[in-house]
Amino acid sequence: MAGSTLVLKDLHVSIEDKEILKGVNLEIKPGEFHAIMGPNGAGKSTLASAIMGHPAFEVTEGSVTLDGQDVLEMEVDERAQAGLFLAMQYPSEIPGVTNADFIRSSINAQRGEGNEIPLMQYIKKLDKTMEYLEMDLNMAQRYVNEGFSGGEKKRNEILQLMMLEPSIAILDEIDSGLDIDALKVVAKGINSMRSENFSCLMITHYQRLLNYITPDYVHVMMNGRIVKSGGPELAKRLEAEGYEWIKEELGIKDEAELNA
Amino acid sequence: MTTDTQHSLDKSYIESYSKANNEPEWFTSFRLAALEKMDTLEMPKPDKTKIDRWNFTSFKQHTVENKAYDSIDALPEEVKALLDLEGEVKNLYVQLNQTPGLLTVSEKLKEQGVIFTDIFTAVKDHPELVQKYFMTEAVKVDEHKLAAFHAALVNGGAFLYVPKNIQVEEPIQAVFVHDNADAPLINHVLIVADTNSSVTYVENYLSLNVEAEGVANIIAEVIANDGANVKFGAVDTLASGITTYVNRRGYTERDARLEWSLGLMNDGDTISENITNLYGDGSIGDTKTVVAGTGKQTENFTTAVINHGKRSEGFILKHGIAKESSTIIFNGIGKIEHGASGANAQQESRALMLSERARADANPILLIDEDDVQAGHAASVGRVDPMQLYYLQSRGIPKDEAERLIIHGFLAPVVTQLPIEGVKKQLTEVIERKIR
Ligand SMILES: Nc1ncnc2c1ncn2[C@@H]1O[C@H](COP(=O)(O)OP(=O)(O)OP(=O)(O)O)[C@@H](O)[C@H]1O
Ligand SMILES: [Mg+2]
Repeated sequence: MAGSTLVLKDLHVSIEDKEILKGVNLEIKPGEFHAIMGPNGAGKSTLASAIMGHPAFEVTEGSVTLDGQDVLEMEVDERAQAGLFLAMQYPSEIPGVTNADFIRSSINAQRGEGNEIPLMQYIKKLDKTMEYLEMDLNMAQRYVNEGFSGGEKKRNEILQLMMLEPSIAILDEIDSGLDIDALKVVAKGINSMRSENFSCLMITHYQRLLNYITPDYVHVMMNGRIVKSGGPELAKRLEAEGYEWIKEELGIKDEAELNA
Repeated sequence: MTTDTQHSLDKSYIESYSKANNEPEWFTSFRLAALEKMDTLEMPKPDKTKIDRWNFTSFKQHTVENKAYDSIDALPEEVKALLDLEGEVKNLYVQLNQTPGLLTVSEKLKEQGVIFTDIFTAVKDHPELVQKYFMTEAVKVDEHKLAAFHAALVNGGAFLYVPKNIQVEEPIQAVFVHDNADAPLINHVLIVADTNSSVTYVENYLSLNVEAEGVANIIAEVIANDGANVKFGAVDTLASGITTYVNRRGYTERDARLEWSLGLMNDGDTISENITNLYGDGSIGDTKTVVAGTGKQTENFTTAVINHGKRSEGFILKHGIAKESSTIIFNGIGKIEHGASGANAQQESRALMLSERARADANPILLIDEDDVQAGHAASVGRVDPMQLYYLQSRGIPKDEAERLIIHGFLAPVVTQLPIEGVKKQLTEVIERKIR
């Protein structure tokens, strides 16, 4: 795979008739790492969900394309097959389905019938990746995310990322709930994916993730729009000063005031 | 409901059948007493299902003769698939309609004094055990019409006795094959695990003739004496034309443990009752049931654990799916009797409806007559969780396949408990066939 380009143009997204995203523009080229920061409720997860095709969100305007293909026309699984991956802020639990079976089904769904991954090859890769992520190998036989701690769920998302090798990954708060050691391990996993064929959109609240994974671009999202973009230094300033200065600079009012 | 095909059910028929079957006198009398009660007894009343138009009792012919199987090789492929043929098949009973078709019991089991045989051999050879427990402790003859009908007309089954302090390591397997629609399966399994013994038993009810119409009336009684440990697994796959009444009943003495793993996969209308009476202090009953309704069938599953003993613990887990225009009803009852201090009654019932016309209902009931206890229930009826689907699809798994995985996972609690690979595989395949 030669990497992919994801382009969002004037994306508007609603949930239950409430507009959350109000025109988002973004382009992610092969090999690029982008970070999105922004206050709670700004619409970051909504953006990630809309790109992946979460059933509750409705795109009312704008476009999402992957290498020119219309992503919004695709089913969720087709989006994954086209190379998109979303590490979710709150991954689902699937009782009765083992992690190992789930990941194998995912890989095979993407490889297509008749081209399934040989079992031994799969097991080797799974073991190796779990070891790399310092995961207990028993997690493979546990049911998907069931009874996993917050941190274990996040690690499990990165395990899937590494096993599935998508061309574009969106990581929604992959750092939340991780202790320092776990954060390092997860960052190591993500960094191991770095190449000109892989790009990444990281949603985070904290600079500390970006200390381990240096982004090429940092965007600030507020009230459903990307209001400012810059390099890694922008994240550092946000960490130090918060969001007030951006609001002042851009004359943005709080949601409460807007609705008043 | 009577039809012109009704076999005449009277005293003289039962006397002659019992005689032809070489039954001892006590058993003939037992049958006749049951017959007498039959007319005065009411039908069982499964909560939320009307069964007055169902046929549970009329049939053309009471028994059919079949040839026994010469060897394991001669068994039908469908039966062989249930056996773990790689290892040596050690303890197996196969019954074809009413005929004991094949019985193998390992030397070790015989040396240990374990008895495993067809029910009528047991009636003849082990009256001291059978007479003591056959519909006396667990199921009572006069509970309702179908229990009395069963006692009067039982025409097949198996008996398992494990003596004191004996641990049976290999699972014991029974396969009840039904392929003749004319004769009803009135089958009785009696398991007695004596003090401090342990055993695992797995049974299959299997229709080889999917077109067959008829009646099945099945009772299994499990008696776990002090400190005994019994695991009971079952997979039922009777055909869509068979109307089934199945009653699996347990009775535990002090510190005994009884675990049920039931894959109730009949294609026809079914009334299932699974009750565990925890008589002994400190005894434990654990019931896991999975069901799948398809086509037009109506199924009613009552699961109850009744805590009589102090510190006794009962757990009920029921998961079911309803597809097409099927109806499944879950009645879950946790009952704690007065005096059962320190008892625990927990239940979880969940049903998924997979189509617009399917109906599912879960009724959790807690009846508590003691203060110092713990009890809880969770029940839900719904559809496949869209968030779970989304999650699986976001990894590239197409929607149909994602739904399949979720349902297999949902019905996994019983599959994972079955100790025989062949039966485990069969249940997985039946689930697969039903959800496709
Ligand atoms: N299912 C929903 N129903 C109603 N409103 C929703 C739903 N999901 C999200 N929202 C609303 O959309 C807005 C944006 O939420 P979103 O989860 O995208 O924010 P976020 O930027 O990811 O916030 P956080 O940093 O707290 O994760 C919020 O006001 C939220 O309440
Ligand atoms: Mg969020």
